[in-house]
Amino acid sequence: MKVANSYIGRPMERIEDLRLLRGRGTFVSDVNKPNQLHAVILRSSVAHGVICSIDRSRALALPGVSHVLVAADFANVVPKIPLRLQPLPQLEPFHQPVLAQDKVRYVGEPIAVVLADTAAIAEDALENIDLEIEPLAAITSREQAEAMPSVLFEDHGSNAAITWKAFRGDADAAFKTADYVRRDRFKVQRHAAMFMEPRGFVAAWDGAVQKLTVWGAAKTAWYNRRVLADALGLEVDAIELVEVDVGGGFGSRGEFYPEDYLIPAAAKLVGRPVKWIEDRREHMMTANHARDIECDVEIAVSRDGKFLALRGQVWADIGAYIRTNGSVGPRNVAQYMSGPYCIENIDLKSTMLTTNKTPSGTYRGPGRYETDFARERMIDLVARDLKIDRVELRRQNLVADAQMPYPLASITPYDSSTELDSGDYHAVFDLCLKEFDWWERSKLRGKPIDGYYHGLGVGSFIEGGAAGPKEEARLVLETDGSLSVYIGSSSVGQGLETIMAQIAADATELPYERITIHHGSTSHVKDGYGAYHSRSTVMGGSAILLAAEKLKDAIRNAAAVRFGCVPSEIALDGEQVSHGGKAMALAGLADVPIEVEASFFNKKYTWAYGTQAAHVAVDPGTGHVKVIDYLSVEDVGRMINPLTLHGQAIGSIVQGLGGAFLENLVYDENGQLLTGSFADYLLPTASDFPNIRSITLELKPCPNNPLGAKGAGEGGLIPVGGVMANAIADALSHLNVQPMELPLTPARIWQLVEDAQAAAS
Amino acid sequence: MKIKFQLNGDTVSTEVEARTSLADCLRDNLGKNGTHLGCEHGVCGACTVLLNGEAVRSCLMLAVQADGEKVITVEGLSGDELSPLQASFRKHHALQCGFCTPGFITTAHALLSNEPDADENRIRDVLSGNLCRCTGYISIVEAVMDARKFYAVHEEQQ
Amino acid sequence: MKPSSFDYKSPATLHEAVSLLESGNGNAKLIAGGQSLMPMLAFRLAVPELLVDLKRIPGLDVINIGEDGVRIGARVRWCDIARDRRLLRAQPLLMEAITHVAHYQIQNRGTIGGSLAHADPAAEMPGIAVTCDAQIAIIGSAGERIERAANFFTGPLQTSLGPDEILTEVRLPPWPSARRWAFREFARRKGDFAMAGIALHYDLDDKQCVVDAHVGAIGVADRPIRLAAAEAVLNGGPVNENNIAAAAAAARAEIDPPSDIHAPGAYRRALVATLLTRGLIQSIGR
Repeated sequence: MKVANSYIGRPMERIEDLRLLRGRGTFVSDVNKPNQLHAVILRSSVAHGVICSIDRSRALALPGVSHVLVAADFANVVPKIPLRLQPLPQLEPFHQPVLAQDKVRYVGEPIAVVLADTAAIAEDALENIDLEIEPLAAITSREQAEAMPSVLFEDHGSNAAITWKAFRGDADAAFKTADYVRRDRFKVQRHAAMFMEPRGFVAAWDGAVQKLTVWGAAKTAWYNRRVLADALGLEVDAIELVEVDVGGGFGSRGEFYPEDYLIPAAAKLVGRPVKWIEDRREHMMTANHARDIECDVEIAVSRDGKFLALRGQVWADIGAYIRTNGSVGPRNVAQYMSGPYCIENIDLKSTMLTTNKTPSGTYRGPGRYETDFARERMIDLVARDLKIDRVELRRQNLVADAQMPYPLASITPYDSSTELDSGDYHAVFDLCLKEFDWWERSKLRGKPIDGYYHGLGVGSFIEGGAAGPKEEARLVLETDGSLSVYIGSSSVGQGLETIMAQIAADATELPYERITIHHGSTSHVKDGYGAYHSRSTVMGGSAILLAAEKLKDAIRNAAAVRFGCVPSEIALDGEQVSHGGKAMALAGLADVPIEVEASFFNKKYTWAYGTQAAHVAVDPGTGHVKVIDYLSVEDVGRMINPLTLHGQAIGSIVQGLGGAFLENLVYDENGQLLTGSFADYLLPTASDFPNIRSITLELKPCPNNPLGAKGAGEGGLIPVGGVMANAIADALSHLNVQPMELPLTPARIWQLVEDAQAAAS
Repeated sequence: MKIKFQLNGDTVSTEVEARTSLADCLRDNLGKNGTHLGCEHGVCGACTVLLNGEAVRSCLMLAVQADGEKVITVEGLSGDELSPLQASFRKHHALQCGFCTPGFITTAHALLSNEPDADENRIRDVLSGNLCRCTGYISIVEAVMDARKFYAVHEEQQ
Repeated sequence: MKPSSFDYKSPATLHEAVSLLESGNGNAKLIAGGQSLMPMLAFRLAVPELLVDLKRIPGLDVINIGEDGVRIGARVRWCDIARDRRLLRAQPLLMEAITHVAHYQIQNRGTIGGSLAHADPAAEMPGIAVTCDAQIAIIGSAGERIERAANFFTGPLQTSLGPDEILTEVRLPPWPSARRWAFREFARRKGDFAMAGIALHYDLDDKQCVVDAHVGAIGVADRPIRLAAAEAVLNGGPVNENNIAAAAAAARAEIDPPSDIHAPGAYRRALVATLLTRGLIQSIGR
């Protein structure tokens, strides 16, 4: 497919910036409807219990409070939220009801919806609802989940919801004959996407035309619309979900949460618009948690350092219910543990444990961040044992270009298999080390300078993207010659409007300035899918390419009529069409807009990949770690906008560093969330990680889509945990400090040093 | 309670409850949606406005405390064209989702207006009071550093 | 996170403010910068019925420097302190400490009085007040009184202030120009509350031996404390490697720090010793 190459690849300044920089964006909290009520949600303050009674009378008596809605007000049978991904029948018992009815299973679980004239009054009402919950033993750890002083789902009878199995070759056989085997346990802490704009909805029901409009959609609006229609007993066409500006998603915003039902349902019930904007305390206990895993893994290696097999068990603490995409992370930990390395024998089980904590879902690089931590740590430990240089050990095991497509582990149930598509992993690995000046810096390894010990870490990664099955684009050449592009992709802040305009400009050969991108709302295309798994550029972009060809044909057809010739004789030339020396403007070419649609279908993931290296300095006295330099090199096949891609890479790396050092969602033994504000949930700030570099390459285009692009944007964070832990271990190697758990807090590093010194003496 | 203050150069009056924050008053009463609420407990900085020329967190002020004062929001720093500071943000791709951006614009403007020769360390220190989840901050620091020249010139002209 | 309802008054005099607090019967709270109070209101951890704003009361926003030391009014903000170059000589310990307080926007609103009255055990200002043996000036319905900082802080977020009392000024002793000092804290990120912090100052006699050592610690108890055992080790001897190590060991032994999600007690204990060691070494160079 030929694409004129003038906008694609250019670091275009973003169209969306013009409004966002001046505070003229429209986020959902900026949307207001006449006569609206404000909703606030009564949430459980008990982690596990039986609801005995709820008395709303005092709350309803407050001036300005109009309704306090409980489950029975919404429906005879409280809807449960289905799984968007891996919807297996055996997982149905774990679907979350939109409102708790008899039992509560986590602090923050919704119990009632208060509607009032203002959010402040609605919050006043919360304190006036008399709620009696009889507590049950709270399950807050793997040990407790297995010991079962109580069970979240009595009918199921255990706190283990399902075990996934990733397999390839014959791991048991490989372990039997391997020269060397090493077994370790690793832990990654619970943390979350924590986007800056809290979630919210404004919903309005027009009884006259029986239509429901909901503002605040994101990520997967078409799927969510189907779920909502089903839950409300409406036709899909009776609902419009409108995406406005979105303040970050990172895989978490936009999945179907209880509020995705409650707010529209409330609006329909009371016949007035309802506005709900969550606050940060609420967000921390309601938006999907992620990454809470523990694993017990063995690796089998030949004497000369060839990786032979991986075997082991992963436990994922998924919280109280399985969310729409709650299985993705736990599956990915098992399926992708081999990463960019040749490991032909794999037997990894991943068990999802239900606990009385906020349910979890995907967060950027789901499962991949966790699995890379375990794998890259193991590689350094193996290198130490076998006395092989850890750079050489990695190099000799990276998948080679000649081996592509290279199959990864398959996973079951809900079987899926995938293969690495293309890539020169060795070239990128070597480039990273060279750019990082690895061997020169290696002279500092283990050396104390001004009280800080220096260390280096390296790790390689793969990043899956472009999940199918399809994406739609609709192009409309308006009568004034401008182009409106409607796509199913959603914006989460990634510069969608600009990137799609670049692709559309090149593909249609129309002027960039005359193109407007409309995204995410269900009225835009019939069957969109949205933004997840780094798919928008590949899927949405490819759909635009296909639609552009159709549009050019349609333009030629319309021009042929006007010129009185055959369409193939028409030349397209920016804002005009020409034939035989005569030209005609596109504006006014046809009496009505020329509209075309196209869908791009995809079954194969794309695999971006890369290598990262880090130089740290550690103060054993305080446990403080300075990140002196951090370099990421990634091949994405094809860059549409280097400016936005670089921004994604840096932003992703900093999220990874947040996970490595700072962020932690901590519960006490009663299932109370102790980190309920930004004072305790620590995010990286501008002064924490100033030394980060990222290089993006277009080495090996993806063979599976017309753009040649690979989904990118999550990769930056994937290896960060492992690279950081390896660098710290390297710095403190004289003490044999070996971090096996994230986050790498000062207190944890100090304790590791203490323990190491005690062991040595 | 009735309050009256200067907002972006105009005198405004409105009525608020005592408990209404300045941020909510700006957004709900006075139509200034550019000031955003990311946490409502004084950590994220998305609500930053200028109070008598100094950057403050508007979620940590009561609207009644603004009575008689001068407030400037991101709208007050914006015209038909991007300001030099805003253009520098765009050039350096110092925003992605844009939700934290008004807070960074007001904070950076206050800093550079008062300290046009602030060095990189000072800029980082000051910006560490604003959270961004998208960019990783490097491009924001670059944008603010690149914008210094516009504030220094302005100073000289005075 | 909207606060519960309350009334708001902005009196013009201290006398009026005291009366308003009295009328509140324990349900009235003062507000100055609001940087500590507003989050508590937002989380509904504080539910006052009346807020009394100090903003209009004159005379509370002055820094006086004289022979008897430094007097800082309750409404003086962090940025006011940072801008007052006289304090580099009159109270360098304070100047250094406030560079660790919170962030830029908070520094433009947060006040000394507010910080002292809020009494967070990990906050810098209460730590400086206790270390320097400051006096706190208070006015209430029973009149004026002066309290030693050591007695002012009575527990976590607790002070000896009665419900009708207002902190009006903090008074720090005069600072000899040859005084040695250091401030070291360690926090998770810049501007966060310290996991532990040390403020210290001492003078040297003509034999270069320590006299009048003041060693204060924050984040290691339910209030800022003086490390008397460490001070005793230092007094009378030179600041050398042995004495530094002995002081650090004494500090370690005399505290019993709490554990929380950011740091276990054992870590804080070790951190205090490390910070004291480094602070003493740093003080030598001053």
